[in-house]
Amino acid sequence: MSSFPAHSSAVIEVRDLRKAFKHVNAVRGISFDVHRGTTTALLGGNGAGKTTTLSMLLGVLTPTAGSVRILGENMLRTPYRVLPRINFTSPYVDLPKRLTVAENLRVYARLYGVTPPQARVNELAAELDLSDLLTRPYGDLSAGQRTRVSLAKALLNRPEVLLLDEPTASLDPDVGDRMRTFLEQYQKRSGCTMLLATHNMGEVERMCNEVIMLRAGLVVDQGSPQSLLARYGRENMDDVFLDIARERVNPDHGAAAEGHGEGIVS
Amino acid sequence: MNALVAGAAVAASANRIRALIERHAYLLLKSWPRMVSMAYYPTVTMIMWAFVTVYLRPTSNFLADAPGLFIGAVLLWDILFRGQLGVSLTFFEEMYSRNLGNLFVSPLRPWEMIVGQLVMSIIRTLIGVGAACVFAWLLFNFSIFSLGFPLIAFFVNLIICGWAIGLAVSGMVLRWGLGAEELAWAAIFLLAPVSGVYYPIAVLPGWLQTIAHAVPTSYVFEGMRAVLLEHRFRPELFWSALAINMLYMFAGVNLYLLAIGYARRHGMLMQMGE
Repeated sequence: MSSFPAHSSAVIEVRDLRKAFKHVNAVRGISFDVHRGTTTALLGGNGAGKTTTLSMLLGVLTPTAGSVRILGENMLRTPYRVLPRINFTSPYVDLPKRLTVAENLRVYARLYGVTPPQARVNELAAELDLSDLLTRPYGDLSAGQRTRVSLAKALLNRPEVLLLDEPTASLDPDVGDRMRTFLEQYQKRSGCTMLLATHNMGEVERMCNEVIMLRAGLVVDQGSPQSLLARYGRENMDDVFLDIARERVNPDHGAAAEGHGEGIVS
Repeated sequence: MNALVAGAAVAASANRIRALIERHAYLLLKSWPRMVSMAYYPTVTMIMWAFVTVYLRPTSNFLADAPGLFIGAVLLWDILFRGQLGVSLTFFEEMYSRNLGNLFVSPLRPWEMIVGQLVMSIIRTLIGVGAACVFAWLLFNFSIFSLGFPLIAFFVNLIICGWAIGLAVSGMVLRWGLGAEELAWAAIFLLAPVSGVYYPIAVLPGWLQTIAHAVPTSYVFEGMRAVLLEHRFRPELFWSALAINMLYMFAGVNLYLLAIGYARRHGMLMQMGE
């Protein structure tokens, strides 16, 4: 197992992370860094290990081996030093449906030690256009509205690190675009570091400084969207994604694609 | 300096526990059917046993001397049952709403979650059993407070036993999923025959008496009968129940924490739900 550098600029440091379930090796020894103030995408097909990786980073899934350091703290040993400073949103979890939006957000504001809770709730409601929804039960909202509320929950504690699992998955193009704009502006204002798992390649090209490609639990390539486009000789990330996910070798850039598409980078 | 840091940590913990209690209080306060159902079952059961008392009283010296014997027993039994349900259902609510993932990535510690569940259990018990107590007084002129100071001793022991079983049930449901939810309703009734709720432990066969002595509730109901029939508080029964309850609580908390560990290893916290 690698040791962490003494003075790393990385906010998230993952080393040789592995997760084996009874019948599946979901993550098979991945390593990567995410640097302060950047947005990094975890890409990969279904079952590539994105959500498993995010879950291990968040401490809700115990790795079989490896290490995770976030904001300089060992996430596996001292998670409660880190959890107040990070947050996440995922379509795989929900908020209590019978509570109103305001009640849900107040509860989570208090859980994250935000004072005074109501002021922060109002601030986020204004920013995310949720003011009219505050008194409505969360369960009565549309999928898109729920996504915005989940994002508001994720921003309550002004996180230094934001982990986003498919943040715009259920949004129409208009709302999705607004959400991406909001996240970009939020990052500029706050300097927060974002790691997102997504299938939306437009989102990746627009928002991300770095891309980590996963396939079958391994990091198979990584780099900036521009460098990946150049390396695979493609015009958009959709085609790069397909090249990597389907293990295709681009005839015009065979050497490059083979070199990075088959090997384990980290 | 250390005291300041410790003080801030305690305040932060209290704030998180308060958040959890608020979350469940919002749910209770906006659902009158939920409130009614919490009070309904203890009250109806109490009324039934009160009429059994009215029916048997002319033929029974016990009931002539202590007309509150059955009513007191049913009210105390409900402290145990509601105490256990309060812990289990508070946890199940998080599973029903697929909220466990959000809670476990928040700064809320497992022990804070336990404390939140215990406080909710007290609130739910007071609502449920409190209503039955009021009706027992209004309709049958039996005041639970006629038990006097020992009532506190009984309450403490019964609710601790309920908590221990509630935590163990929560752990089992986390481990085996909501399919095991029936345990919440059934688990406590395993204790009923050996608790001697309505009869002395002495009437049980020898081998069941041995089991009864390992169950804290048997000491509580023996103690209740001593208060109502002999008008004396037996401290040795109180201390025996408390000592066994400590073991139960230790086991309940550890089963719960083990289940959380299991769920973390198997990736269940993000997936649990209806």
